[in-house]
Amino acid sequence: MQIAHFTERPMRYVPEAPVLQNRAFFGVSNKYFDAEKAAHDYNFYLDEACYCEEVGFDAVALNEHHGNPFCSGNVLTTEAAILARITSKVKIVLIGTPLPVIKHPLRAAEELATIDVISRGRLVSGWVRGAGSEQFFNNANPAYNREMFNEAHEFIMQAWTREGPWRYEGKHFHYRHVNPWIKPYQKPVPQQWIPGVLSPETILWCAEKAYPYLGLGTALGPTCDMWDMYADKAAELGYQAGPENFGYLLPVFCADTDEKAQELGRGFIYGGGQNAFSRPEHTLPPGYNSKAAIRMLANQPGGSWLGVSKAKMMAGQEDSWDASAYEGLRQKLIKGYEKVQENLQVVVGSPQTCIKKITDILGVIRPGVFTVFAVQGTVGDKDRLRSVELLGKEVLPAVRAFGKQQDLQGPFDRKPGSVKLAPGTKRLPVVDRAALAALNLP
Amino acid sequence: MATWREETVKVAGSELVLVRGGSGKPLLVLHDEMGYTGWMGWNEELAKGRELIIPLQPGFGKSPRLDWAWRHRDIANFYQNMIRELNLGKVDLLGFSAGGYIAAEMAASNPEQLASLTLVGPMGIKPDKGEIYDMFACTINTYLRASVSSQDNEFKNIYGGEMSPDQFELFEDARAESARIGWEPYMFNPSLPALLRSAANVKLPTLLVRGSEDGVVPEDCIRKYKEALPQAQVVSIAGAGHRVEIEKKDEFVAAVKKILA
Repeated sequence: MQIAHFTERPMRYVPEAPVLQNRAFFGVSNKYFDAEKAAHDYNFYLDEACYCEEVGFDAVALNEHHGNPFCSGNVLTTEAAILARITSKVKIVLIGTPLPVIKHPLRAAEELATIDVISRGRLVSGWVRGAGSEQFFNNANPAYNREMFNEAHEFIMQAWTREGPWRYEGKHFHYRHVNPWIKPYQKPVPQQWIPGVLSPETILWCAEKAYPYLGLGTALGPTCDMWDMYADKAAELGYQAGPENFGYLLPVFCADTDEKAQELGRGFIYGGGQNAFSRPEHTLPPGYNSKAAIRMLANQPGGSWLGVSKAKMMAGQEDSWDASAYEGLRQKLIKGYEKVQENLQVVVGSPQTCIKKITDILGVIRPGVFTVFAVQGTVGDKDRLRSVELLGKEVLPAVRAFGKQQDLQGPFDRKPGSVKLAPGTKRLPVVDRAALAALNLP
Repeated sequence: MATWREETVKVAGSELVLVRGGSGKPLLVLHDEMGYTGWMGWNEELAKGRELIIPLQPGFGKSPRLDWAWRHRDIANFYQNMIRELNLGKVDLLGFSAGGYIAAEMAASNPEQLASLTLVGPMGIKPDKGEIYDMFACTINTYLRASVSSQDNEFKNIYGGEMSPDQFELFEDARAESARIGWEPYMFNPSLPALLRSAANVKLPTLLVRGSEDGVVPEDCIRKYKEALPQAQVVSIAGAGHRVEIEKKDEFVAAVKKILA
C-alpha cells in the first residue's frame, strides 16, 4: 500500500472569533493576513513535507482552496514545484487541481508536467471540481462545473500525449496552437487519483477510467456503498476493482499520550472544523450538483450533503452574532469532536491508539492508499512534527504490516484496472461489511 | 375568476409549457429568475381584457432546458420563434426582472414583432451606480425576502409556510438555469444598450416600472434603459420593492393597463 501525508496547511495565526462570527472560514476578511506569520507557515509546511519523507511516508499530498484561511494552498502547483526539487523519493500527490475553477487546462497541463519532470516522475495528478465556494471566488459558472471538469480533463490528456501543434475548439475551451514544450516525465501520463466526498457521478467517472477514488474522511457505511458502486461499474466494464482502486483520507493526530493527543487534536474543530469550511449558500451554488442530487436533498428530511441540508439551504442569513454564545458554541463543537471520534471519522491518540483505530478502518474499506490528514488549528511546529515522527516511526510500520497481511495493494503495486474479469463472472467483494458491523459504530 | 390552464406546445424545436388565461388580444408575460409564482391578483386583473400567455422558461423545471442556449438573448430568440410559430401576431410584452432582460433582448432584436414593451424592475443592463443583487450568493429565502420591501401582501400566499420538496426543486432548477445563462457577466449584456437602438428607432411604446424601494435592481438600471429608449415612460411606485406586482398590485395594474390601452 501507499501511505501519504496530507495537510491543509492551516493559517495558524488566524483568530477563531471572526471564523465563528462569520459562521465559516470562507468569507473571513483577508485583513487578518499577516505576511511574516504566513512566511513562517509556508516554509514550515515545506519542511514538514521533507520530514514526512525522512520518517517513511511514501507520499505527500497537497490541495488548494481559494479565499479561505482553512487552507494556505492557493495555487498548489507553486508549492508542488518546490517539493519537486527539495524532496527526492516521495510521490507528490495533488488532490487536486480544480479544473473548472482555474479555467485554463493548457496552463494546468504545462504546470503539472513541469512538476513531473523536475521531480523525475513523482507527480500523482488528482483532479477536483473545486468546492462550491471556489466557484464564487473564481467566478466559475457552477452550472457548467461538471462539463468544464470533463472537457478540461480530456483536453489535458491530449495535451500530454498528442504530438503538436494542433488546434482545439471545444465547448468551454479554445486554443489555436496546442504544442506545449513540456510533457510529463511518466509515460504515457502520471497516475491520477480522484478525491471526493461520495458524489456518485464522480465515482462512476473514476470507475470508467479505472482512476483510484479517494474518500475524503467519509463515513464508513456510505463509503462501503460507494465503493460497491465503483466495483459494480468496474465489473460491468470487465475488470475487478481492488484496493488499488481506492484510497482513504483520515484526520489523524498522534502524540506521546492519549491525553496530550486529545487536547491538541481539538485543532480539528478549530473554528468549527471542516463543517465550517463555507456557509450553505457558498457550499452548494446553483447548478453545482446534479438534478438527481438536488432531488435527493429535497426529499430526505434529514438528508444532507457536506453538512448542507434542505433546511439550511432554505434558511435566511440574518442570524446575528452574539459574543456571549461563544462558549456554548465551543462546547457544541467539542461534543461534535467526541462524536466524530466515536464514528472513527477522526483518529486522535497515542501510537497504539492510532494503530488500533486505523487498522480497524482499513480492515473495513480495504484501500490501497491511506492518507493521514494532519491536524488543523493552531498546533505549533514542535507538536506537529512530533505527530509526523510518531506516525512515521511507530504507526506506519504497523499499518504497513497490516496492509501486507490483508493484501492491500496500492496503485503503485498493482495497476488499477489490470485485473480482468471475464464476462459473466461475479466480482469479488471490495469491502468487509462484517468487519464494519463488528465495529458497532453509533 | 378567469380560467387559466397549463398546456404543453411544441415550438421552436422544443417542448414548452405555457400558462394561458383570460381572453382578448395576447399579452405575453415573462416571469422572473425564480420562476412562475402562480396565478396572482394582478394576473386576474389583466386577464379581464387580455389573454395572458406565460411561457414557463426552459430549464426552470417544467419546460425542458435548451441545451444550445448560452445567454438570455438565446431565450429571447426562442420566444420570438414561439410568437411566429403560434401565430400570435403583434404582441404586447411584459417582463419581470430577468424576464424583463429577455423581453428587452426581444425588443432589441425585432421590435416590429411587438405592440408594446413593459419592463418591471428589469435586469439586463449594467448600472453605473450600484449593482444588481447577487441571487446566487445567498439562500433562496434570503433572495425572496430581498425582493420585497414588505411581506404584508400576496408574498405570504406564495412563499409562506413550509416549502414542499417539489417547490424546493423548482427553485433550485430556476437558480441553476439562471446561473447557466446569467452567471457572467451577471445578469446583463454589455451590448444591450446599443442594441436597443432598433426599439428606439421604431419608437416602440415602452413602459419602465420600478418600485421605489427595489433592493434587487438599482435605480440606475432604469435610468440607463430610459437613456437607450428615450420614448419610454417611467413609472416609479412608491413604497414597493422589486416585486411591485404583488406589493402594490393596483398601481401596477393601472400603469400597465394604460400602456396596453
